[in-house]
Amino acid sequence: MKQFLVLDLVPLLALALSALTCALLGNFLVLRRQALMGDAISHAVLPGLVVAVILTGSLAPWGVFLGAACAAAVTALSIELIKRLGRVEPGAAMGVVFSVLFALGVLMLEQAHGLANIDLDPSCVLYGQPEYLAWYSAPERAGELLSPSAWASAPTPLFTLLGVATGTTLLIAVFFKELRIAAFDPALATTQGVHAGGVHAALMLAVAIATVAAFEAVGSILVIAMLITPAATARLLTDRLSVQLWLSAGTGVGSALLGYGVAANAPRLFGLPDALNAAGAVTVTLAAGFVVTALVAPTHGVIARVVRTRRLARRVAMEDLLADLYRHRDDPSRPSEIQRPDQRALDRARSRGWVTRDIPPRLTESGLRYAESVMRRHREWQDELVRRAGLDPEHAHLRAHQLEHLPDPSTLPCTE
Amino acid sequence: MTPEEVQLARSELDARPEHSASSPLSVHALTVAYHKKPVLWDVDFDVPESSLVAVIGPNGAGKSTLIKACLNLIPRASGAVEFWGKPFAASRARVGYVPQRESVDWDFPVSALDVVAMGRYRKIGWCLPVSRAHKDAAMACLDRVGMADYARRQIAQLSGGQQQRVFLARALAQEADLYFMDEPFAGVDAATERAIIAVLRELREHGKTVICVHHDLQTVTTYFDRALLLNMRTVAWGPVAEVFTEENLHKTYGGRLTLLAEAAEAVARSQPHE
Amino acid sequence: MTPPAQAIPVHDQALSVSEVVRVLTLQAGHNTTVVTLAAATLGLAAGLVGAFALLRKRTLVADALAHATLPGIAGAFLLAALVPGLGLGPMSLPVLLIGAAVAALLAAWAIQLITRHTRIRQDAAIGIVLSSAFGLGVVLLGIAQRLDVPAGGLHHFIYGQTAAMRASDAMLMAGIAGVALVSTLALKKELALVCFNDAFAKVDGWPVARLDGAMLVLAVTVVVAGLQAVGLILVIALLVIPPAAARFWTDHLGRMLVLGACFGALSGYLGASLSALLPDAPAGSVIVLTAGAIFLFSLILAPSRGVLAAFAQRQTLRLRIAADHLLELIHDNAAPAGPVTLRQFARARAWSPARAGAFARVLSARGLLTRTPAGYEPTPRGRARGERVARNHALWEQYLVTHADVAPSHVDWSVDQVEHVLSDELIARLEAELEREQSGAPAIVPPTPDSTGREAGGA
Repeated sequence: MKQFLVLDLVPLLALALSALTCALLGNFLVLRRQALMGDAISHAVLPGLVVAVILTGSLAPWGVFLGAACAAAVTALSIELIKRLGRVEPGAAMGVVFSVLFALGVLMLEQAHGLANIDLDPSCVLYGQPEYLAWYSAPERAGELLSPSAWASAPTPLFTLLGVATGTTLLIAVFFKELRIAAFDPALATTQGVHAGGVHAALMLAVAIATVAAFEAVGSILVIAMLITPAATARLLTDRLSVQLWLSAGTGVGSALLGYGVAANAPRLFGLPDALNAAGAVTVTLAAGFVVTALVAPTHGVIARVVRTRRLARRVAMEDLLADLYRHRDDPSRPSEIQRPDQRALDRARSRGWVTRDIPPRLTESGLRYAESVMRRHREWQDELVRRAGLDPEHAHLRAHQLEHLPDPSTLPCTE
Repeated sequence: MTPEEVQLARSELDARPEHSASSPLSVHALTVAYHKKPVLWDVDFDVPESSLVAVIGPNGAGKSTLIKACLNLIPRASGAVEFWGKPFAASRARVGYVPQRESVDWDFPVSALDVVAMGRYRKIGWCLPVSRAHKDAAMACLDRVGMADYARRQIAQLSGGQQQRVFLARALAQEADLYFMDEPFAGVDAATERAIIAVLRELREHGKTVICVHHDLQTVTTYFDRALLLNMRTVAWGPVAEVFTEENLHKTYGGRLTLLAEAAEAVARSQPHE
Repeated sequence: MTPPAQAIPVHDQALSVSEVVRVLTLQAGHNTTVVTLAAATLGLAAGLVGAFALLRKRTLVADALAHATLPGIAGAFLLAALVPGLGLGPMSLPVLLIGAAVAALLAAWAIQLITRHTRIRQDAAIGIVLSSAFGLGVVLLGIAQRLDVPAGGLHHFIYGQTAAMRASDAMLMAGIAGVALVSTLALKKELALVCFNDAFAKVDGWPVARLDGAMLVLAVTVVVAGLQAVGLILVIALLVIPPAAARFWTDHLGRMLVLGACFGALSGYLGASLSALLPDAPAGSVIVLTAGAIFLFSLILAPSRGVLAAFAQRQTLRLRIAADHLLELIHDNAAPAGPVTLRQFARARAWSPARAGAFARVLSARGLLTRTPAGYEPTPRGRARGERVARNHALWEQYLVTHADVAPSHVDWSVDQVEHVLSDELIARLEAELEREQSGAPAIVPPTPDSTGREAGGA
């Protein structure tokens, strides 16, 4: 237990808090199609970070946040300038700015490495510095954690993250309406007094701060996973922003805990001594969650879509077949239409008792009624269009949509 | 259903036009759907050679969708499209395309001549450079649309009408027999419009067929021989004089036919045909 | 963890000019020379391939692919180390590079799958694939580094290093880059067509999806070539910065490709050389910063598309328009002779007095106005210009009235002479119209130009 408290508790909490913060912010990035701005900023804060560390001599939060904020501001401004003045397309503008800034950061890091008091390792950029999160003066037993004073000696980054996570959650909760309208319809938002440009800038600033706060836990590059993947996963499960926020937070934190657990324990299953890289494991867990969700999500998942499309196609084929047979019911000599009979639709229609089993196939009584109702539906649909043509195409669509979903042939009215 | 209703339903279906294997374009019961919603429903028509066809209808009626579905740019839910009796892949060399002007980033670093030369790439073949002969052919096409002086100009420096003419020249460079044009007259000045219609008439004289998505009701009777009135399904199809009637327009545009459009119609009918 | 290896330290003390010259002229030893040349070749290929990625707006996809090489490298290493039966040397460069390429291509496929089959948009898909692949790579790298097999060099692929690069490695790099270069040149017109108008290309029968795939494969090839020298995080910079810089200098695709390639080669060459000269200067960073400097230079100073040039053009136009207005004003008011004061200027054109004064001074300096105690008077040259301007504007007014439907694309208020735009007969007709108006006779609507619009100036 002591070992857990010393080595694992704080990194675990740090990962969870980072995931929470980033997941919440990431929803707005994904909705505004600004996911790659998150990518750009997380790369570009490096020089800001390095400058702050060089100037202050440590990874003290305030200096580092200031450095990150400045770097984020420079990034966002440069990208805008290059896009507007240089007429460069957005993706390329981002690529130019963040790669130059990142290169600058790496160069400064290398040069500063010679300085004695700097302890910033270039690899920390990639996956954080979990050794900074070890709690050497952790209490002996878990029970002692219940008293707040026991936490006083915990590593500083934990408190930073706690503050950032709390702040982010509060801000999003308080400004939810404004954030939502600014994300959905920036022009409208601005006219309503919610300055979309300002919201965007604030969001970028928040991303920069979150990136830097999560630095020791996850590093610069994997924080992108925490920003985007939970939000994307949640997006596949719901159409409502509030639900999406909750789901993304849950997915993020859950993946952080699960990923850390796997990283710590999985190698033991294979008889290997060391743990896996925690940040990497969390990222892979997030990705796995996304893939699984993409497949099995009820409405938006791949499997659900395929099933729906197949069902619709089957119905359309069947109705086409019945309509075809209906037209030729008294006229076997007339050449049939271009479409050759769909064997599967034919079998299906036969098994439902709408088509006889002889060759050439003919409609049964119930099949005849169904075919007539299909004719009527089409005509009604067309009349509907005529009456409402141009005025409400959406309505016409909905109508056809509803009509297609007639539940059961036995509910078809029989008129004679 | 009463016997009369059955008869009516049958006759509606029987009224489908005949399809010929020698028609440049033959569309059979074409249905296209985006996600779950049908955008085009059971569109059926047959275009004879040497005709200028206008596809008209309100916004969202599926006009662009029709062209894209014919050209296999978007998938069909059902139905078939034949070019001279064969599928598109087999007749590709005889088909030319003028896409919508907005579909392209005009800040691209190419000149007008470069764009027209792109219509010759099929003939040039893979990996080979554009020879003098092909450049001259492209130049000739630019000249046909009156843009020869602008050959070296970068396309962003051209006006909307000039860009449209460059697109038309590119289609001419394809040397096709059937041309699809998506809103070629949208947002162009009158001189460009006259230039384009002159080219179209020239094409018809040479036995080519042109199918245009058109938005200006005023000019349909003067520019085109046949019209397809489309609003998600075929409202009417046939020679312009027959189908371009107030009743059909009403069925196509419904309540949307505003006062302005009606006035435009009245003007069109009163003006002498060119 | 050791930091990325530094560039070959040529000297630990301050640099001397002879050092610099020696490295730049490729005389600093066989290894340095080969590496520098290979870096230049890499830049050449990257500039060319990257131009198409830029035009197709797929730059950040290439970034994701570059990050995704990490699991490929680590994975190939693990495979080679743990399955000795395969007989692959774990740190053999070709093995690792093939692993990198496979992983990158799988990532490209993953992005496409996500974009096509879910509601997630391309930007989020890129971000997910980029970070997930990188995370997997980090995990695999961690495993690799704890094996008994020495894996010290693996992490160099992340930041790049030229110090420990052997000449054979450099030549492999140059070879791969060369293949990408030649292939891109062969497919130049097909790629340009797809980048410009993919719908048209598809209808014309070109396999657009496959050409897009080819473009990505070429990008992956360049990425793989650059892994050792520049590292996977920064290699994207070579793909995007040189072509973007080249775009400022030309509107011609061919020239943009050549210039982009040259900028890339220059960045590679200078960057590698500088990295060799300076201590603690990893080659990847220096090369990218060199490219960035070229970009900044182009952004600001390129004629016609650069920022300064655009600003100057705007200013020139503004000045010219102001001059025209001013001189026309004088011309119109010249009848009751006498000089015009600044205040009259300012009021007539709604300028501030300061601005009116500034314009007046500029025009005086150009010899169009002379300053008298009572105000400003036009010089003979200024008077002639004012007359010409007034006439032009009157003609345009007339043209707009009679040819309202055609005019917008032809009327250019700031053109020197209407004759530059309209045909002579048309001008003669317009002038006749003007005279008729001035003499009070009823206007005659001139016939509209013929069907090709050619009469109206050949536009």
